[in-house]
Amino acid sequence: MKTGRFWAWVVFILGAAYFFIPLIATVEFSMRMRRGAYSFDAYQIVLGDARFQATFTYSVIAAIFTIVLGVLIVVPAAYWIRLRLPQIRPVVEFITLLPLVIPAIVIVFGYIRMYGSNSWLPFLGNDTATNALLVIGYATLALPYMYRAVDTGLRTIDVRTLTEAAQILGAGWGTIITRVILPNVLIAVLSGAFLTFAIVIGEFTMASLLNRPAFGPYLQNIGANRAYEPAALAIIAFAITWGCMSLIQILSRFAPKSANRPN
Amino acid sequence: MTDLSLSDQAIAGKTAPPSEARALRLPTQWIGVAPFFIFAVMFLILPTLYLMLGAFQNDAGEFTFENIAALAQPSIVAAYWISIKVSLASALIGAFAGLAIAIAIVRGGLPEWIRSATLTFSGVASNFAGVPLAFAFLATLGRLGLATVILNTLFGLNIYAHGFNILSFWGLTLTYVYFQIPLMVVIIVPAIDGLKKEWGEAAATLGATTAQYWRMVVIPVIWPSFLGTVILLFANAFGAIATAYALTGSSLNIVPILLYAQIRGDVLHNAHLGYAIAFGMIVITGLANVFYIWFRTRSERWLK
Repeated sequence: MKTGRFWAWVVFILGAAYFFIPLIATVEFSMRMRRGAYSFDAYQIVLGDARFQATFTYSVIAAIFTIVLGVLIVVPAAYWIRLRLPQIRPVVEFITLLPLVIPAIVIVFGYIRMYGSNSWLPFLGNDTATNALLVIGYATLALPYMYRAVDTGLRTIDVRTLTEAAQILGAGWGTIITRVILPNVLIAVLSGAFLTFAIVIGEFTMASLLNRPAFGPYLQNIGANRAYEPAALAIIAFAITWGCMSLIQILSRFAPKSANRPN
Repeated sequence: MTDLSLSDQAIAGKTAPPSEARALRLPTQWIGVAPFFIFAVMFLILPTLYLMLGAFQNDAGEFTFENIAALAQPSIVAAYWISIKVSLASALIGAFAGLAIAIAIVRGGLPEWIRSATLTFSGVASNFAGVPLAFAFLATLGRLGLATVILNTLFGLNIYAHGFNILSFWGLTLTYVYFQIPLMVVIIVPAIDGLKKEWGEAAATLGATTAQYWRMVVIPVIWPSFLGTVILLFANAFGAIATAYALTGSSLNIVPILLYAQIRGDVLHNAHLGYAIAFGMIVITGLANVFYIWFRTRSERWLK
């Protein structure tokens, strides 16, 4: 067992080195802007850049709409499958995994060709509609994560009993979903939401091919034209990802642990 | 299933009188999943089918295999080949390194905080991809990157003089490994946790050595989930474009970058050839996922 522990430490330290050296190097590089001294100049320039603020705001808004759209699509479906249609669960699970099979670039290529300005549903006809199409595309990318998060949340509550109790008390379907089911799976929904946020905020392919002024294309543009700012942006992006994942971990502590399954 | 039909009756009886219940049953039954299916068909399935059909049509809309045959031209074959090589190399390196780290933190007798810290970090790093990841590796292994400079000044090793380039096959592979390893760790740790302690005790009781226990119990049990995850990592790398594009521009001609250029500017001068490239990508990731599902179902037998 002694040698086993030795090798475990070796593996762990090698792994830690591989993962921390790029982070340290990026921090170091991002502070090299002023000649001969470390400074936060690159961060100041980036954060003060009007295009940074505009594109970042755009992506945050897109992420919020994506989360709302994802919840509207996934929560009723996952709920209904648990309650009434357990037999179609494999089909739905298969569909939710498709975005992992079909690369994002192929999905957006399909949108561009199918929903072009001259098509029956011209999403590319004006800016508002194209923004909507981007949000829709993001919702498909987030679908696997959102569905899994919500379905895991629903597994921990007794959907059928809650529904029947609400019905006996005279609740309609809207009330049941918004005031009984949603509060019970709120933590799961929020986990899915933060993961969606982390995926969407720096997304490049879809935003770039739909010509949207989002954060991802801005990052790429800065990377192609500047030296130190990209490193600062990488650290900011890492911090955002870290923040989202920490929030998910904190939330998971509040989630109900015991699976109280009816069947 | 019995209580399902009971609640069906209860709901049907509540929403409609018995005479109308039969006529209304089908629509109400599907209404909750309708938004999901409409969304999936319109924005996931139809656009993909559109491209797949387009791959077999010419400009006049007639059926043809010409687009698929045109994929055989050297530049496109080279793009597919380098994509497959990068995806396979990064998947294999990521898988073995991830497995080693997972075994180390679960079975290696390391302190408990290392396990939870590693899992948290893996969750972050597996989602840290795209353009910022490329920036981080340029700052590390680019010509002026910290690692490059340190290796040169401290050890006199100029990696660029020895043929290394971040804008190359190995540079891209090394970068992809940064999100491949954590993904492997996140997926494989539950599988290693699923190894029951009793199996080790049973093997020891029957006189097995540690090596025999690993060779005849552990490896056969985690093998399917390991292979399945390798395939998932492959598909994950194969469709990725943002990291490669930000890292190399278009100097490394992988398939997603070729398709990106084709969508932007029809660089191949044949719109339907773009469809064929997309079709080829779907076929490769689709095949990979068929294997993934197959391995997954095999592994779930053991890990329940």
